Amino acid sequence: MKLSSIIDNLNAASSVNQVTLHNNQQAQRKAAMAVLAHAEAGEIAARLRNLALPEHQDLRTPESGLVMLRGRIGGDGAPFNLGEATVSRAAVRLASGEVGFGYTLGRDGEKARLIALCDALVQSGDFGAVVERDVIAPLREQLMIRREQAAAETAATKVDFYTMVRGEG
Amino acid sequence: MYVAVKGGERAIENAHRLLAHARRGDQSVPELTLDQISEQLGLAVDRVMSEGSLYDRELASLAIKQARGDLIEAIFLVRAFRATLPRFGASEPVDTGAMRVQRRVSSTFKDIPGGQILGPTFDYTHRLLDPSLAEGFVPEVPATAEASTAATPRVTDILGRDGLIESSPEAEDGASVGDLTREPLNFPADRDLRLQNLARGDEGFLLAMGYSTQRGYGRNHPFAGEIRFGEVEVEFFAEDVGFAVPLGSIELTECQMVNQFKGSATEAPCFTRGYGLAFGQSERKTMSMALVDRALRARELGEETLAPAQDEEFVMSHSDNVQATGFVEHLKLPHYVDFQSELGLLRKLRKEFAEANTPDAMKEAAE
Repeated sequence: MKLSSIIDNLNAASSVNQVTLHNNQQAQRKAAMAVLAHAEAGEIAARLRNLALPEHQDLRTPESGLVMLRGRIGGDGAPFNLGEATVSRAAVRLASGEVGFGYTLGRDGEKARLIALCDALVQSGDFGAVVERDVIAPLREQLMIRREQAAAETAATKVDFYTMVRGEG
Repeated sequence: MYVAVKGGERAIENAHRLLAHARRGDQSVPELTLDQISEQLGLAVDRVMSEGSLYDRELASLAIKQARGDLIEAIFLVRAFRATLPRFGASEPVDTGAMRVQRRVSSTFKDIPGGQILGPTFDYTHRLLDPSLAEGFVPEVPATAEASTAATPRVTDILGRDGLIESSPEAEDGASVGDLTREPLNFPADRDLRLQNLARGDEGFLLAMGYSTQRGYGRNHPFAGEIRFGEVEVEFFAEDVGFAVPLGSIELTECQMVNQFKGSATEAPCFTRGYGLAFGQSERKTMSMALVDRALRARELGEETLAPAQDEEFVMSHSDNVQATGFVEHLKLPHYVDFQSELGLLRKLRKEFAEANTPDAMKEAAE
């Protein structure tokens, strides 16, 4: 298993980047990561505790670093470097061989490790369904509730224009 | 001239001890927590993240606490910290069109698709001090309304469909993205480097520069086409994983300035644009940035470059408050030997002057 070198995998990134996400499992892993990255380490850990987890080991112990965040000129043009963010990452291997990766904003290495563990479980035939049902789905629901609440509060500040007809004042 | 000055160690140590004491203030007053800073001084945290050029709320809060609220000192601390971490790479460019908008206003169109959304704003407050905030204030629960599922396209995208505004510059094939944290700055600088410089530039400096363009020093007739603030998802292509991995979301403010039009014998006239983007809720910063970005395009757009805000070397060399404060504040460090040599020279010149102006010398000169 080859892990990314510690810095600057930019060149490799741009060449492979064009590969389309045709793989179903890949889309599923990505969807799971999108939920887990928004959860707290404690929430993920609490849900994993209810599962009988298989044997696993750290393939990459958690480490923190930076990712340069990019925007686009005018919002939709050529990319530019906006500024960096702290990112943590880890990799975990199940005894059955599946390798999971965890990447997340921030410096919480334990969270990256838990995401990596979930990613490995998502790929496993024995645990894929149960981790989706008992970990990912409830966290996704919590995330959606938070987002809906925020969207409803935002919506209340939307301006409803009305036109006054002259003379009615 | 630099010479080692020794002998101040104990004084320095004790001064730092006193600083720690002064930072804590009256110890009968509860200590600030990082959560309190992050939650209740959120816009200060946003500014430190933007100008410190590091998105990490907790670190920015710690920096503000350590710097006793001196935001430039806090920015300095954050910049120094970022130099200690390895860089894993660069994110995929964020899509501000897909932002979960918390605020979005346009001063050009009343009825934009998705609507004018005020969000949490100081606008339309009366700027009167509120004594009820002094202690024990409990805010009302926010009002809610049914959220629309309609998209909130960027105003510039709407104008662009009719060709009324210039399109954004496309990336050239294989062109690398300039990074002023990796290569020394050279002039003329491309727009990607200019925007990176402005994004981490001092808000006060950019505000003054942007203001100067409005007052006539490089006038370009801006309209705030759109300002939006909200959450965007960040993805990072990790080669070991083999696809773009979601990292979570960040808050950004984006400003699209719509400026005076340009045309030529061969091109139909259309609006031009300036762009601002910054971490967190940073409206003043992004509006100023968009004004200055547009002013710095003078050369590209064939405009006369007479004003300071149009001079990229001037703007980019003075926008960074860590560099600026370093050079200004170094003046307070010991310059004893420099000054001694100046003093020696001045004494010599005064002596020569005095000799040349004695009554005897005057008489000789007259003869």
